[in-house]
Amino acid sequence: MKEYTYTETKDTRSGFGAGLHQLGKTNKNVVAMCADLIGSLKMDNFVKENPERFFQAGIAEANMTSVAAGLTIGGKIPFIGTFAAFATGRVYDQIRQSVAYSNKNVKICASHAGLTLGEDGATHQILEDIGLMKMLPNMVVINPCDYNQTKAATLEIADYVGPVYLRFGRPKVPNFTPENQEFKIGEAVMLNKGTDVSIFATGHLVWEAIKAGETLEAKGISAEIINIHTIKPLDKKAILDSVAKTGAVVTAEEHMLNGGLGDSIAQLLALNNPKPIEMIGVDDEFGESGHPEKLMIKYGLTANNIVAAAEKVISRK
Amino acid sequence: MDNKYTILELTDIAKEIRKDILLSISEAGSGHTGGSLGLADVFTSLYFNILNHNPQNPNYNNRDRLILSIGHVAPVLYAALANAGYFSKSELLSLRKLGTRLQGHPGKNHNLPGIELSSGSLGQGLSISVGLALSAKSDKKKWKVYTILGDGELQEGSIWEAAMSAAHYKLNNLIALVDRNHVQIDGQTNKVMDIEPLAEKWKAFGWNVLNCNGNNIAEIIDTYKIANSEKTKPTVIIAETVMGKGVPEIEGNYLWHGKAPSKEQAKLFINSLR
Repeated sequence: MKEYTYTETKDTRSGFGAGLHQLGKTNKNVVAMCADLIGSLKMDNFVKENPERFFQAGIAEANMTSVAAGLTIGGKIPFIGTFAAFATGRVYDQIRQSVAYSNKNVKICASHAGLTLGEDGATHQILEDIGLMKMLPNMVVINPCDYNQTKAATLEIADYVGPVYLRFGRPKVPNFTPENQEFKIGEAVMLNKGTDVSIFATGHLVWEAIKAGETLEAKGISAEIINIHTIKPLDKKAILDSVAKTGAVVTAEEHMLNGGLGDSIAQLLALNNPKPIEMIGVDDEFGESGHPEKLMIKYGLTANNIVAAAEKVISRK
Repeated sequence: MDNKYTILELTDIAKEIRKDILLSISEAGSGHTGGSLGLADVFTSLYFNILNHNPQNPNYNNRDRLILSIGHVAPVLYAALANAGYFSKSELLSLRKLGTRLQGHPGKNHNLPGIELSSGSLGQGLSISVGLALSAKSDKKKWKVYTILGDGELQEGSIWEAAMSAAHYKLNNLIALVDRNHVQIDGQTNKVMDIEPLAEKWKAFGWNVLNCNGNNIAEIIDTYKIANSEKTKPTVIIAETVMGKGVPEIEGNYLWHGKAPSKEQAKLFINSLR
């Protein structure tokens, strides 16, 4: 098992903030909007240094989303920020018609996704956003795993022309991917080569997958671990190549099973190479208030759950 | 802005646009006849006098932007675009047919020249216009944004989010027109969900409010000219129109909101056009 270490934990939303701050200096067409959550989205530095390129939307996400579509017609690259729950579900129709169907170059930047938002509870813990966004034609869906990767993704999507959904979170998590890494949209990242089981993870669950891989290795199981930071377009080749080798699959995500990464991979495999699959995710229920780590344990989204799923899926081969 | 047509000539163009609306919708067998006819004078005024645009070069940078928020009246937009020379008038007969560039509601990805975005789901066009006007301001461009809203559409809450923001950003380069025909699918707007007092609402949201007869071309043009001289606020023109205007049999009848005439009816309607 390849060794992964980190010197500090950092929140992915700060990776977004750092990327946006850098874009403020390097790309004059980048503008930003926020629906009254500048601090939560870590957009302060961009706002401070580029007041003429920041438009406060107030608590009016529907307007913000369509205004961003309008800004693109004028040649701007708008990054719009709010919590994932309001960035997607609340404004689905605006995204569908004015952004996706119109194929506008809007970057929907969504923080506090998933259970790890914690104490605020289910109203804010959206677990359906990946599904909502991946169903839209033209939409790219990205869910990076740590601070460095979120920063790299933020920089990269400014150069990509088209609608993007960038999903990140609130808590501090191990920052283990390389600083100044190159981020390639739609290209999965091989974290560990293995032969017995393929573990495909996204977002905060990538670190859990690495910890699971270490435990599995101690048990004599060789896990291949792949970071699927882009859920759409899915890196089909990387997934099919891996499964052709291992013949067993575990998917892991901080999202509803319906509509998530596991669902995309299951469909890909069902059509091309059906193999036993186990999925880690939330099974058709809303979240609740609590400490993020305790919530992840209660809803079964930890390294231990991935280990159990791997053992189970191998037994089904 | 362009005064190359007299009011008499513009009136003839409006009549031609009405004829094209009736022909295209009756050929399609479905479509929104009433609202499209009611807006023929507004679209004639815009495309043949007010707008700075170039049908031969639809995407040129300094064009004024027309944003049709009520996508269901696409037939009047398509007829105006074809008559202005954006594409051949014969293409109007492909409306709503498989493979057409003239989608039932405007679809940006179908590459029809002159279409800025997709619309059909109501309540989004004013926000789009705010974004456009903001980008023009931030680039110190002179072009303007002309938005067409429906009166029933003003029941959508997102319109008022957009209205609040346009005044907040001081977008005097944004001019919206409300097609005030007083009817919507289920009946009279004041019965379905009353939007009055309308002028007071817009004023309270910080807008410059103008009124005109939306079926009188000279008045429409004059009102747009007044709007264009506004220095600080966005302007809304509340244009009183008659749904189905020009065809006596259907004028003011809300049942014609989303109904198509048969080909025989269309012939009769065209002969009776006023």
